[in-house]
Amino acid sequence: MARPLLLILQRIALVLVLATALIGGSAKAQSGPSVPDLVSRLAGADFNETERVVEALAASGDASVARLLEALGDGDLYYRRSDNAVFIATRGGEGYLLTDPLTGASAGEAGRREVAKVRVNNSLRRAVRAAIGTLTLRSPDPAIRIAAAQSVLKSGDPEAVEPLTEAIAAEQNDSVRAVMERARAAAILNSDASDAVKIDAVKTIAAKSSQDTRAILLAASNGASEALGSAISDAVRRVEGDLALWSAAQNVWYGLSLGSVLLLAAIGLAITFGVMGVINMAHGEMVMIGAYVTYVVQEIIRNHAPFLFDVSLLIALPLAFAIAGAVGMAIERGIIRFLYGRPLETLLATWGLSLILQQVVRSLFGPTNQEVGAPSWMSGAFELGGLTLTYGRVWIIVFALVVFAVLVLVLRHTSFGLQMRAVTQNRRMASSMGIRTNWTDALTFGLGSGIAGVAGVALSQIDNVSPNLGQSYIIDSFLVVVFGGVGNLWGTLVGALSLGVLNKFLEPYAGAVLGKILVLVFIILFIQKRPRGLFALKGRAVES
Amino acid sequence: MKMTKMLRGSAIGLAAGLLMSTAVQAQETIKVGILHSLSGTMAISETTLKDAMLMLIEQQNAKGGLLGKKLEAVVVDPASDWPLFAEKARELITGSKVAAVFGCWTSVSRKSVLPVFEELNSLLFYPVQYEGEESQRNVFYTGAAPNQQAIPAVDYLAETEGVERWVLAGTDYVYPRTTNKILETYLLDSGVAPEDIMINYTPFGHSDWQTIVAEIKAFGSAGKKTAVVSTINGDANVPFYKELANQGIKAEDIPVVAFSVGEEELAGIDTGPLVGHLAAWNYFMSAPTPENDEFIAAWHEFIGDTKRVTNDPMEAHYIGFNMWIKAVEKAGTTDADAVIDSIVGVSVPNLTGGYSAMMPNHHITKPVLIGEIQDDGQFETVFETPGLVVGDAWSDFLPDSKALISDWRKPMNCGNFNTATGKCGGKGS
Repeated sequence: MARPLLLILQRIALVLVLATALIGGSAKAQSGPSVPDLVSRLAGADFNETERVVEALAASGDASVARLLEALGDGDLYYRRSDNAVFIATRGGEGYLLTDPLTGASAGEAGRREVAKVRVNNSLRRAVRAAIGTLTLRSPDPAIRIAAAQSVLKSGDPEAVEPLTEAIAAEQNDSVRAVMERARAAAILNSDASDAVKIDAVKTIAAKSSQDTRAILLAASNGASEALGSAISDAVRRVEGDLALWSAAQNVWYGLSLGSVLLLAAIGLAITFGVMGVINMAHGEMVMIGAYVTYVVQEIIRNHAPFLFDVSLLIALPLAFAIAGAVGMAIERGIIRFLYGRPLETLLATWGLSLILQQVVRSLFGPTNQEVGAPSWMSGAFELGGLTLTYGRVWIIVFALVVFAVLVLVLRHTSFGLQMRAVTQNRRMASSMGIRTNWTDALTFGLGSGIAGVAGVALSQIDNVSPNLGQSYIIDSFLVVVFGGVGNLWGTLVGALSLGVLNKFLEPYAGAVLGKILVLVFIILFIQKRPRGLFALKGRAVES
Repeated sequence: MKMTKMLRGSAIGLAAGLLMSTAVQAQETIKVGILHSLSGTMAISETTLKDAMLMLIEQQNAKGGLLGKKLEAVVVDPASDWPLFAEKARELITGSKVAAVFGCWTSVSRKSVLPVFEELNSLLFYPVQYEGEESQRNVFYTGAAPNQQAIPAVDYLAETEGVERWVLAGTDYVYPRTTNKILETYLLDSGVAPEDIMINYTPFGHSDWQTIVAEIKAFGSAGKKTAVVSTINGDANVPFYKELANQGIKAEDIPVVAFSVGEEELAGIDTGPLVGHLAAWNYFMSAPTPENDEFIAAWHEFIGDTKRVTNDPMEAHYIGFNMWIKAVEKAGTTDADAVIDSIVGVSVPNLTGGYSAMMPNHHITKPVLIGEIQDDGQFETVFETPGLVVGDAWSDFLPDSKALISDWRKPMNCGNFNTATGKCGGKGS
């Protein structure tokens, strides 16, 4: 309870200082420039001057400047042109809403042209982050303390050794203390401590194998003495060994995640091309329609119901399925049904159709990329051992597998699935059993297109939402379906995932361009050997 | 009563006279060709330039046209198809008899139309930053050459950020390959060790950046300040930046400076996690000058959407178009030879508060700006070259073109004069 009280007292004292400074001209509360004096120097300062002010503010040890520094780092710090007073400004109404940077009290409004920004660049942002780190090491919130320790760990500022030692002594939380100890070790490595102390620090840092560890150690090895140098190179070797192991796991993960994207793009095609045998070049455009549906849904949510943003993708899913499915059925009824059994004509007609659809979208939405945001549960990453897994990719893998499972269930265990398979295997027999083959065709094509639309919702998260979106996936989709075996959903699954993993293992050695070429060559050779793909359909359906 | 009747009569007469004269003028227009893809993959970038040109022509007509005649835009769509660019260029010059053409985006489309402009002796204004290594009599390069974009950006990173390790990442085609070759030589010359340079190429439209971003992260963990110099082509940038943000690479740790990412490309991304990554251009929409404010206001009014952004190639067209107007006025004719002679030395205001001049090598002078991405999708200028930089057609950092200069004035009249041999005709002849 004592600390918040102290903070409040400090703030009150600051307000008083500010007030006296305003009234009495230059009242100095302590030796050296006071905090408000420093703050006022920020108005119109160049980068070097701002950096000096930030350093002085950090040296003041006054925790109340953390808010100001935070705002400076975020680019929210402005000064009023008329009197050079510094404020935190947020967009509001016609111009900006101003708050006092030290007290947080509201300070009225200002028009857009009345205030100017205190400009920051990358090196300033670094300095600000380090300063905030040192200042907030004793914050009551453990999350802030960890963030503070991590920013000191990154900056490795030798000045931070003292405050860190104090903070570690006072720290109750084990995980926070661990980060602080690493941060202190990093700071020691940059200080002029003795070799023995530094070698201890190397041990503390090398306890965790990560790329940051490697960076800190390698940076410290410049100009190190022999004993320290060999300790560092030993540690680095061990860390690199660990990293190499993890990087193999990382490649598998990347491969699975690329595979899941391929699976999503190809799975609709596995139905229209694989099951029905229609070479649908406009398949990619169904994916694109799904992505644009996501965009429209998000636009509406942004303008009318921002609180729904996190579920925008869930809302977009059924809509994308319905709209892309409806477009697909219209295509089947309008064009493709006249072209059954004429693959070349189908190919040309659907290719033309894909160009038309692209241009329609371009005319409706403009040629530029549209912004589709990521909901909070899909952004960011988490660490699993030495792996960095991004939430977006995890969800896409999960989503691809769910779509696949649902599709398998529909085909195996519903009457529609049964009819669909019956029609593909023997149309005339199915027809004489009373199945309306025309409608089954339309519904099957609609299902494949709808699934493509659903894929578009997921792909909008990782790719451009532009009229060209579909084009980049069409070739890959055909490759996956042909490689996996036409007419077999499981083949598509295995084909997509294995192509993904193969691609990702080749990429670090061969580069992205050559890697892709090698995969193509591999598929050509494979098709020579097994023309029907990985999982070939057997039986009468193949002969017809 | 009589008075008013007479007045009315004369007013009608005057109006009729005006109508007649506009009718006469409508017959005698000066045609301006616009050769930008409105469909296909490049439509994303080029459609905006077509609109910008239409706006500039409309503004010029409101000012009274050119040489007493109205300007008339002739828009064709080469559909992102390189051979079609050449056909459409021919159609513009011989069919529509245009006085000048403003167009092209990719280098390959420019290369495809070069012979047409040479053969039919017409004018092309090319508005996009490119790899250099070219100077043609009929072409005016109003975008940046490598020394007006890439080299100052690298200098900035080395000086203010203290970068010692470099990733040169690009899309696999001629512009990134040539630019990276120039940059690699430049970096090696300035004392960077070969193992501190990583070069990486990706295919067009690359969308899975996980491995490459992880590689960059690993490359950046060698204890030296690392930066990425990106010549990644427009469309592949969105997934690249998304992956950078997802893997938590912040600009403070490993800054990325891009040469193909402008306001228009950022429009498709949430730039919150990208604050501080850089781009080098000769113009940013955020430039605080009255000319720029006016240009943006006019653009928003023309396009009817205040959310639309302006970008560097639009400024290049603004400069190129005004240079052409001034050169035609100076020559008193739209004849190609006369304009080629009169345009060298013409100087017009740019949008960043200075003047740009056409140089004898058909490149222009420009300020170089380095900007950091802000969370509203705009750039904030953090560095500006003190003076204007003259576009260099032939790079000083490639062994083949070191000795070449270009001067289209008489008596040299040569785009690739070799100063070592003293003859016209070196590389590219």
